[in-house]
Amino acid sequence: MSLLSIPIHELHNQLVTKQLKVGELLDESYKAIAAREQSVKAFITLNEDAARAQAVEMDATGVPSDAGLLYGLPIGIKDNIVTQGLLTTCASQFLANYQPVFDATVVKKLKMVQTVTVGKLNMDEFAMGGSNENSSYFATRNPWNTEHVPGGSSGGSAAAVAAGEVYFSLGSDTGGSIRQPAAYCGIVGLKPTYGLVSRFGLVAFASSLDQIGPLTKNVEDAAHLLQAIAGYDQHDSTSANVQIPDYASALTGDIKGLRIAVPKEYLGAGIDPQVKEKVLAALKVLEGLGATWEEVSLPHSEYAVATYYLLASSEASSNLARFDGVRYGVRTTSANNLLELYHKSRSEGFGPEVKRRIMLGTYALSSGYYDAYYLKAQQVRTLIKQDFDEVFKTYDVIIGPTAPTTAFKIGEQVNDPLKMYLNDICTIPVNLAGVPAISVPCGLVDGLPVGLQIIGNTFAESTVLRVAHAFEQHTDHHKARPFSS
Amino acid sequence: MSITLKDVEHVAKLARLDLSADEKTLFTDQLNAILKYAEQLNALDTSNVAPTTHVLPLVNVMRDDLPHESLPVDQVMLNAPDEEEGHFKVPAVIE
Amino acid sequence: MAITQTDYETVIGLEVHVELHTKTKIFCGCSTSFGAAPNSNTCPVCLGHPGVLPVLNRQAVEYAMKAALALNCKINEDSIFARKNYFYPDSPKAYQISQYERPIGEFGWIDIEVNGEQKRIGITRLHLEEDAGKLTHVEGGAASLVDFNRVGTPLIEIVSEPDLRSPEEARAYLEKLKAIMQYCDVSDVKMEQGSLRCDANISLRPFGQKELGTKAELKNMNSFRGVQRGIEYEQWRQADVLDSGGKVVQETRRWDEAQAKTFSMRSKEEAHDYRYFPDPDLVRMNLDSAWQERVRSSIPELPDERKQRYTEQYGLSSYDAEVITASLALADFFENSLSYTSDAKAVANWMMGDLLAYLNANNLELSGVKVTSQGLGEMIGLIEKGTISGKIAKTVFREMLESGNLPQAIVEEQGLVQISDEGAIRAIVQNVLDANPGPVADVKGGNPKAIGFLVGQVMKESKGKANPGLANKLIAELIEKM
Repeated sequence: MSLLSIPIHELHNQLVTKQLKVGELLDESYKAIAAREQSVKAFITLNEDAARAQAVEMDATGVPSDAGLLYGLPIGIKDNIVTQGLLTTCASQFLANYQPVFDATVVKKLKMVQTVTVGKLNMDEFAMGGSNENSSYFATRNPWNTEHVPGGSSGGSAAAVAAGEVYFSLGSDTGGSIRQPAAYCGIVGLKPTYGLVSRFGLVAFASSLDQIGPLTKNVEDAAHLLQAIAGYDQHDSTSANVQIPDYASALTGDIKGLRIAVPKEYLGAGIDPQVKEKVLAALKVLEGLGATWEEVSLPHSEYAVATYYLLASSEASSNLARFDGVRYGVRTTSANNLLELYHKSRSEGFGPEVKRRIMLGTYALSSGYYDAYYLKAQQVRTLIKQDFDEVFKTYDVIIGPTAPTTAFKIGEQVNDPLKMYLNDICTIPVNLAGVPAISVPCGLVDGLPVGLQIIGNTFAESTVLRVAHAFEQHTDHHKARPFSS
Repeated sequence: MSITLKDVEHVAKLARLDLSADEKTLFTDQLNAILKYAEQLNALDTSNVAPTTHVLPLVNVMRDDLPHESLPVDQVMLNAPDEEEGHFKVPAVIE
Repeated sequence: MAITQTDYETVIGLEVHVELHTKTKIFCGCSTSFGAAPNSNTCPVCLGHPGVLPVLNRQAVEYAMKAALALNCKINEDSIFARKNYFYPDSPKAYQISQYERPIGEFGWIDIEVNGEQKRIGITRLHLEEDAGKLTHVEGGAASLVDFNRVGTPLIEIVSEPDLRSPEEARAYLEKLKAIMQYCDVSDVKMEQGSLRCDANISLRPFGQKELGTKAELKNMNSFRGVQRGIEYEQWRQADVLDSGGKVVQETRRWDEAQAKTFSMRSKEEAHDYRYFPDPDLVRMNLDSAWQERVRSSIPELPDERKQRYTEQYGLSSYDAEVITASLALADFFENSLSYTSDAKAVANWMMGDLLAYLNANNLELSGVKVTSQGLGEMIGLIEKGTISGKIAKTVFREMLESGNLPQAIVEEQGLVQISDEGAIRAIVQNVLDANPGPVADVKGGNPKAIGFLVGQVMKESKGKANPGLANKLIAELIEKM
């Protein structure tokens, strides 16, 4: 068994009792990468030299008495989270040479708990996409079946964990970008409440929707990693100044009396019948643990995808305007004047999906269309949020599939952006409402994992984790691994 | 509302993007499909609905007027594609 | 260049930008100090690096509220920031964080006085935003260099209603605005350093016509005089266009101070479309009434109030009070002088006369001369006591401007004490009368004008130190006896 599969408490114990060194753990990580990267392709940049140096130093110093559970664990970081001195590309040619001069707040927090950064993980360019095919470097592959996509945009983050290349990873989720790849890759992915985790240092895609969150092999690890990165940050005006509970202590296994809402919109047309079957089976498991479920309606669900694409693209068109070739990034070599510098640098630096969304967002914000598109979408967002508020008056969690299907084949959907967008139909409403949700494995269909999505009320991460954990402890789905390890 | 090739050209200019002839045609079709899909929002009466900019009801998040240390100039210039005497350099603004 | 056509009414609106003098930038902790090495006051936030987020400086909000309240604006309790999207090398994020809907202040006004007439000028809005960086053109215009030190300095933009009707009114409005900002202590308001900037929208229309003519936007006026002259030129130019049957083009024009002309800023750019939308990185401001009251109570007595007090309490003319209160430094100098003398009118006269003449002639601010309010007050006391004559006082004042010494010391050091000893003056008078029999005869013959000449001679003889009143009296007395 790989060292990276050892449960977190046991691993920590071995480190503290000096049966195991940080360097050995890290070796295991780079060994797995050497063995599997060729087929998985999860990493854009490896941090091997610095990581090994850090491990040597940590092993020389010894485990501090106040070391937490995350001490020494090899982590992968999505390449849209800035890391000082470590290339951060957002999987874009535009940032192929970008050396951040500061650390994201989550990276600072990881340094405090002394994880070891293995490298930067592939993604859809600027987090725009759901398959990793929009990476301008290469497409990451699904470790369960390398002909299939790993999902996205945090596809590298999910694939690296599923392939046992890192202990866990960080991703970001704007419309499902943590949960959907976690589902496709058979791991756990959590999108926190908007404002729980600082966005400072997360390269913005859609500022009002983006959140950083953990991707892990199991729910307990997710609770510990969330604990390390959550909390108010004075550098992020949209970060919430709330008390952070002890998430691990919520994992009691007890969900007696839990009231579950199952939106009919999440199990209707467009949902693969086999996926639906897995979700219904999961609900049975939860019933067996003392929970009850009822079908409800989130009546504005059908408007979520359109709302999301208008809002996210509008914000993105503005957020990505700073990539102009003046202060950083790859500048075109053939500009005769300033206008050409802008046009060429941006056109050479951005891939087609990024251009498409910038075009859509620019159009939606432009004079004469603002009210019809952007404002309208913000108003519909209010209705979608109200749907959730209404359900949470009666129910503790909302459960459904994370994605309508299992991972599709590479190349299958690239020519139809709209169809691709509809894969996010179950995840997008959650971002619009700003509430937390987790995806946990709930079985395989044709050898590919299915994710169960558990959605909680604002700041109810503990509830979401408790339900996910109870489910996980009474099933074996999370134990299935794509590689024998 | 339908978006024309001319609209696409205008929007590309606003966004500082050069598009090839093929890209222009492709984007015209694709943006039309997306915007047509978005038209379903018009089925909803939102005349009395407040827009949501933020899901959390945060107000007055402000800092004190206290200085922090600025970045050393070598760090400021670390990623500069072109520089001269501590400045970022760009081709002429007016041609 | 005066307007030659009288068929048109000039309509002017001003857009004024005022840099707030916070210690740090509006959205990051970098210093706002002027004149630092290029790009040394920058950080990832103000350089617009990927991943950064703005955090609002509370002091900037308070200054903006203070300015808005001083300009009689209504404060929007629920105020938000918006992004103004445009590409330019001095704008690192390619959007400026500004305000669009719900600016901090709206519906304000200020009163101006031109040629003795009072007029109220409306203020449409006052909003808070970030400043841009600075571009320098090099290589004969083939390249530009960008310095981001200034980017993120908090600015307020104050937009007037199109209520101004002449270049003089525009200048008076701008000067009043400057004075109010100065009194509120929210800005250095120095046009030459760019902490006060002014653009003007100018259009002409036939008298009696209701709708506005096509306007030109005028930029690059870097002094109060420049604002007045630029607008004068522009109204003349537009009148000329209209008179010759042409149409005014809606465009931006640049005032060229050296050539005393405005030039079209040709631009191949398509019309701007700023795509304003609420900035999702910032949360809304709640400027509730309690906060407004707290800020309001920090506003000191403003120029108009002081002016009124000076006329009522000290009997100053409206004009003198206007001039003195137009600058906080002058007004404070005036009031501080009154700790050393009770003759307010004398203080005002010296300020309006010798002091302003010297400042204007040498193009100086009050801070550029050394004279103190104590010095002026005490000097007036010396005149009252007869220690020095008004004529000597001019010498003393000049000396105070340059050295800052107190008048008593100057008088003693230079031996300028007035001679009020009757015996001493009598001797001088006698000498003068003996030496000037002609004028003496004129006086005797009933021509009193000749007395003035004789007094002048006495003053000359005494090097200006003779008490002129006494000299006068003794001349009359001695001639009588002759």
